Amino acid sequence: MRFPQSSSPTSRRNLLLGTAAAGAMFAAGCTSNENNDSDENSKQAANTANDKPGKAVTIGFAGPQADHGWLNAINEQAKRRAKEYKDVTLEITEGSNDTAQQIGQIETLINKKVDVLVILPADGKALTQVGLKAMRAGIPVVNLDRVFASPQAYRCWIGGDNYGMGLNAGHYIGEQLKDKKNAKVIELAGIDNLELTRQRTAGFNDALKNYPNIKKVGRQAAEFTVESGQSKMAQLLQAHSDFDALWNHDDDQGVGAERAIKQAGRDDFLMVGGAGAKHAMDAIKADNTVLKATVLYPPTMAASAIDLARALGQGKGVGGLAELEIPASLTLYSAVVTKDNVDEYLPTGFS
Amino acid sequence: MNSPGSTPASSPPADPAPVPGAGATLTAGPVGKPPAGRTGTDPLSRLRRLADLRNLSLVGVLAVLIAVGGFTKPDEFLSTDNLQLVLTQASVIGVVTVGVTFVITSGGIDLSVGAMVALASVWATTIATQEYGLGGILLCAVLVGLGCGLVNGVLIAYGGMVPFIATLAMLASARGLALQISDGRTQVVTVDPVLDLGLPDSYVLGIPPLVLIFAAVTVLGWLVLNRTTFGRRTVAIGGNAEAARLAGIDVKRQRLMLYLLSGLCCGVAAFMLVVLTGSGQNTNGNLYELDAIAAAIIGGTLLSGGRGTITGSVLGVLVFTTITNLFALNNLQSDVQQIAKGAIIVAAVLVQKGRSTP
Repeated sequence: MRFPQSSSPTSRRNLLLGTAAAGAMFAAGCTSNENNDSDENSKQAANTANDKPGKAVTIGFAGPQADHGWLNAINEQAKRRAKEYKDVTLEITEGSNDTAQQIGQIETLINKKVDVLVILPADGKALTQVGLKAMRAGIPVVNLDRVFASPQAYRCWIGGDNYGMGLNAGHYIGEQLKDKKNAKVIELAGIDNLELTRQRTAGFNDALKNYPNIKKVGRQAAEFTVESGQSKMAQLLQAHSDFDALWNHDDDQGVGAERAIKQAGRDDFLMVGGAGAKHAMDAIKADNTVLKATVLYPPTMAASAIDLARALGQGKGVGGLAELEIPASLTLYSAVVTKDNVDEYLPTGFS
Repeated sequence: MNSPGSTPASSPPADPAPVPGAGATLTAGPVGKPPAGRTGTDPLSRLRRLADLRNLSLVGVLAVLIAVGGFTKPDEFLSTDNLQLVLTQASVIGVVTVGVTFVITSGGIDLSVGAMVALASVWATTIATQEYGLGGILLCAVLVGLGCGLVNGVLIAYGGMVPFIATLAMLASARGLALQISDGRTQVVTVDPVLDLGLPDSYVLGIPPLVLIFAAVTVLGWLVLNRTTFGRRTVAIGGNAEAARLAGIDVKRQRLMLYLLSGLCCGVAAFMLVVLTGSGQNTNGNLYELDAIAAAIIGGTLLSGGRGTITGSVLGVLVFTTITNLFALNNLQSDVQQIAKGAIIVAAVLVQKGRSTP
């Protein structure tokens, strides 16, 4: 729950990425040693992206306004990963939630003739045209998270699995409650007019179908903000004097939800969060609140998008895959972080 | 919607204990009408005037909502916990609405309240401030609110800017600044006295401290608007600013004070929100401007100025909060809540329109 806002998380992240980079280099070293044993393998390794400097690539990055912990982490992950590569120059635009403004920013990047574009659209459907425009101008697009309406508008899509988030949250809760008769669960959803919220809820409902002893008795939509999380959770607690589990779609609104739970003095259920914020992981690790798990929607996807864009710019494939080109789409896994594995994931927690 | 019959006749004298003193002759509309039937001398009508009969329709709406709540969720809705919750949730937006009521009564508008709450909450919860504890956070929130109010007031009163535009500009820049200061992060509060204020242990005779602050602001607001020169001047410049100026009221200074007052209320509300959520976030106070203006208008404050009622505004806030609570208890989704909110705004305004223009 409590974490300082000063430079310490940043430096921790630096340290971590440094370690990760070192690890990757070590791994790359191992691979190349092995490759010496076989000529065929070494040929392939030469055509995959690795940490060794290659052809210089300018990557344009356009994302929405970072008014939310997760989006903020997306920007930071992209910047930090780009800084690790000597051959990568990152042209980053000021984030905007205004569709017209974001289109203008992407057009500027096209005019600057960047080599590859990474775009996290504020609204995937509305920005499809500008994605198409970039592709037609010969600039390959890596579409991050919110997907464009046409596959022609991007070369590669990488993003999270909203349906999988709901599914894994549902399965985790199901396993915890499988021996309990007439178990009740409630759901604190995110913004209801977003496609992703509907997908998360659909996955959750589908998972619960495997557990006939569990019934979902309540659901309220909040707005991904602390204030809405507190207010909607307080109401849910009033409406349901007893239930066994709660799934909250988003750790940012979870700060408010946990506050409401504390104010109501309730601790008779288990709570599962979503997204993977650092404060949530800290609480899971300390194991002194109702929060027992969080389902990841990892912002590290932005760093991976930079990796993919670099490989794309250098005309290389991805290490570890037989293909000569990068994949057309990559869906990240929504892992469930619990007390047992929290140390592993804590470094990816965002604040 | 209800309470037919008795109210129309007695509504003119029920105007916010209307300005018997200096500014009275300057106010527009209702004051000119002859008082009907009962005059303000007998105790009963004095009591009625205090209760602000214009708001009977809102009291009726509230009564219907409470009845529906008691009928659909008898165990949950009327429980002490739930009543504490409804009042607590009304508190933050309620304090903002009291400030906005003053501004609208004077013929102005303040669109920046939500943004001021966001900025004040974020600034007040940055690390540097948290080192100074409860008092530091409160002081910082209030000062930021006052600072924004000062800018609004100077631009409008002395810069001659239209209130709509000046406060719209403040809305944009205060939200931007809140985003910049917080860097998009949720500022979690680590000061125990602040966090404790929101917990049941701190309740006074079962009343949460936030509700006490709300009650105090309401009573103060009512007294200032209805019983002081400041209040009379506010109503007077809302009715006819030129006439008020000719009558010797320093209209510019009064306007400045009103936007300062709105900013002050936002600062206090921001502090309350920090207590409630245990954090400050740049998304705080989202759409407060619309909620506060809607509550004031359905409460009977004229958007064109010249008439304002604090009790009406507070009732308006309570109606909205009760609806939200009622719908959540019955597990209805937010789309239905929004539709109902719209319908209630329309209904309440129609009822009042029907009454004030016979």
